[in-house]
Amino acid sequence: MTLPTALDLAQAVRTGERSAVEVVEEHLARVEEAEPEVHAFNLVAGEEARAAAAQVDARVARGEDPGPLAGVPLALKDNLCTRGLPTTCSSRILAGWVPPYDATAVSRAVRSGAVVIGKTNLDEFAMGSSTENSAFGPTRNPLDPIRVPGGSSGGSAAAVAAGFAPLALGSDTGGSIRQPAALCGVVGLKPTYGVVSRYGLVAFASSLDQVGPLARTVGDAVALLEAIAGHDPADSTSLDRPAPALSGCLAQGVEGLRIGVIQELAGVEGIAPEVGARLHEAADALAGAGAKVDEVSVPATMWGLPAYYLLAPAEASSNLARYDGVRYGLRLARPDITSMYEATRSAGFGPEVKRRIMLGTFALSAGYYDAYYGQAQRVRTLIIESFAAAYERFDALLSPTAPTTAFPLGSRTADPLAMYLSDVCTVASSLAGHPALSVPFGTGEGGLPVGIQVMAPALGEPVMVRVGAALEDLAP
Amino acid sequence: MAARISPADVAHVARLARLELAPEEVELYASQLAQVLDYAAEVAALDTEGVAPTAHPLPVRNVLRPDVPVPGLSREEALSQAPEVEEGQFRVPRILGEEP
Repeated sequence: MTLPTALDLAQAVRTGERSAVEVVEEHLARVEEAEPEVHAFNLVAGEEARAAAAQVDARVARGEDPGPLAGVPLALKDNLCTRGLPTTCSSRILAGWVPPYDATAVSRAVRSGAVVIGKTNLDEFAMGSSTENSAFGPTRNPLDPIRVPGGSSGGSAAAVAAGFAPLALGSDTGGSIRQPAALCGVVGLKPTYGVVSRYGLVAFASSLDQVGPLARTVGDAVALLEAIAGHDPADSTSLDRPAPALSGCLAQGVEGLRIGVIQELAGVEGIAPEVGARLHEAADALAGAGAKVDEVSVPATMWGLPAYYLLAPAEASSNLARYDGVRYGLRLARPDITSMYEATRSAGFGPEVKRRIMLGTFALSAGYYDAYYGQAQRVRTLIIESFAAAYERFDALLSPTAPTTAFPLGSRTADPLAMYLSDVCTVASSLAGHPALSVPFGTGEGGLPVGIQVMAPALGEPVMVRVGAALEDLAP
Repeated sequence: MAARISPADVAHVARLARLELAPEEVELYASQLAQVLDYAAEVAALDTEGVAPTAHPLPVRNVLRPDVPVPGLSREEALSQAPEVEEGQFRVPRILGEEP
């Protein structure tokens, strides 16, 4: 399936060559055909999308420029608040909730001309790596429906892979944009922490959560990132600097760039042989294109996963305390407030969310705080230092995005730790707050796509997208 | 260190987290939490003497805005999705006192 890029579509709409309404109709037709099998969406906003597209067309007719994403259908992960459209986080506890405001990333994308066509499925509250932890049933991988799309932004990745929308927004706490992008054969980009406002992104682990784009090409992902990035007074952790200019970097090539292949993630136990082979081919191809490629040891990356699975649940246990049946969402009637809290939360949260709240509450509880949470915070410092040492010698680092290709539905659901291992390559850069990008590069087991992860230091998006664009050109 | 999580520990943590667990959930979480904590023992055993903890990846400080009122949600909007409302306020079940 060769589909036009988002940028081509926007160009056609801006010049009046195509109407935004026609573009939206074409995508909605694909949704109607394949969505029953894929289940990428919690909500398809067909009427709203048609109306928004008509407004884009009206602006073109008036001689105005609707923006760089004019008329491009955009799928939104259903943990991004949308004024007037239900936002569920794929959880029963938010049943019926309609946000009174838009997330900043959403309003900025819309201001750039994008047309929201729906809200995509996710692992409940973004906790998971397969989109099977959704209260509304799993999403299936459009490339092979017996397999998962990855997660937690599995609905967004599947929507892009299935041609439902050329662009999607996801959120990434420990790999939730990159891993599903890899498993669905699309591009996924996690920006440096603070580059995109978290205002209106339903919080999971606030020191890790970032909003970012999924797309079929690096260029499209960059265009969406440029639209949503930049300081937002409504998020005190958003960086007080202008959005990075990245489009100009795409064609710069990798000549002279120093690229390190992380040994610990190249040979880690559990990395499928074909995934390892694609990594080495990608490194060779970059070397062939003029980069100086070498292996590098970043020992602390191996501590990323255990540290992450203490820190993220700890932050989650605090963030999810707000779901108490008082101000919005589900409430189970009970005669006193404590039993109302307990009944509501127990009925509203699914098993993985409860597991993480339990784990986080335990890691923060008296007697265990220093041994688990405090220790994980100190290990987080070691991870940052380990990366800093590597970035003295390298401009960017390379690893697989995920240890395997897309796995069959149900194959990891009974074993939480096996599922957590899906994130082994992605969590370290999340803990460091660094940007990382997954680009499809060839296939592995079952002819399914393999993603290569490009990492860079904080605010290293320009060099990261240069390497990503080169990999995209060099991919088999 | 091998983590040992007893069903009583699980029940205690569930109480702290305001979760009501069925007996079979208590058993399941006891074994699954122990499994994850065993895995985490890898970092728990690292020598971090003298290492400062990282709470946040950015060197951010308190961010203040001018102390000028700006419009927020109206009371009506704020209450519009509450499960129960009375006299312009959120209504909750009894907080203090005996069983009715």
